[in-house]
Amino acid sequence: MMLLPGLFNYWLVVVLMMIGFYVVIAQGNLVKKLFGLNIFQVAVFVFYISMGKIEDGTAPILVDGEPVYTNPLPSVLILTAIVVGIATLALGLALAVRIRNAFGTMEEDEIDAAEADPS
Amino acid sequence: MAVTALALARVRNLFAVVMMSGIFSLTAAALYVVQDAVDVAFTEAAVGAGIATVLGLATLAVTRSEAEKKVRAVAFGPLLLVIVTGAALIYGTLDMPDYGDPAAPIHGHVAPRYLADSEKETGVPNVVTSVLASYRGYDTLGETTVILTAACGVLMLLGRNRRQKRNAPTRDSAA
Repeated sequence: MMLLPGLFNYWLVVVLMMIGFYVVIAQGNLVKKLFGLNIFQVAVFVFYISMGKIEDGTAPILVDGEPVYTNPLPSVLILTAIVVGIATLALGLALAVRIRNAFGTMEEDEIDAAEADPS
Repeated sequence: MAVTALALARVRNLFAVVMMSGIFSLTAAALYVVQDAVDVAFTEAAVGAGIATVLGLATLAVTRSEAEKKVRAVAFGPLLLVIVTGAALIYGTLDMPDYGDPAAPIHGHVAPRYLADSEKETGVPNVVTSVLASYRGYDTLGETTVILTAACGVLMLLGRNRRQKRNAPTRDSAA
């Protein structure tokens, strides 16, 4: 880690986040959009966990002696967020299945066309 | 990790997308271990790499879709938007404290108090567990409610569907 600049982690997070963002706004397939959203989420998680890390720290499980502990609070928040994230992913995929059953496709433009022309 | 994400963005076969997502989550879990967040790594490996992949595969199995239909050229409008947003965010990180800096403001507020007193107050050596289950117990309860709601939603969306398939094509005329 020494060779990298101090903000490298955050830059990686931004790159990941933007890849996810691009997938969400530019791709047409609903399943792929949802997994793009997943990438975006993981980027946010990595950002939080990076903020909590202390150099030479150890995991926040108390032991004897006076070690430096990494901040436990981001971990707690992200644990909750991961679980909520999987819940939204499940709901989104279920919606995609329903849309596929109603329109016969999961491509966004084809759905638009089918809605404009209900024949 | 960025490579996996890029591959996910480029690949058109949906099966490959789901698999890439699994690999991506597993890499993320490894990264969390490096950053001392072992509890998060467990959860990410089990939930992100496990359940999300299963859910994705189940969706593909139900819809029998394999690949996106259209070959899309790189869309320049969204790409431009993404680059501008990314540049703004990177500009924002320039004010962040360095990675691993013990003097960063995030470490100064309530975190030391939890590290010092939580074992006395809850009797649990793992601080993440004691905060999650004890100090923020109501929040975790709320999280369980979210899961319940999501499960109800999925069941309503997909369960209704099956019933309608049974009693014939009334739905198509309504739509």
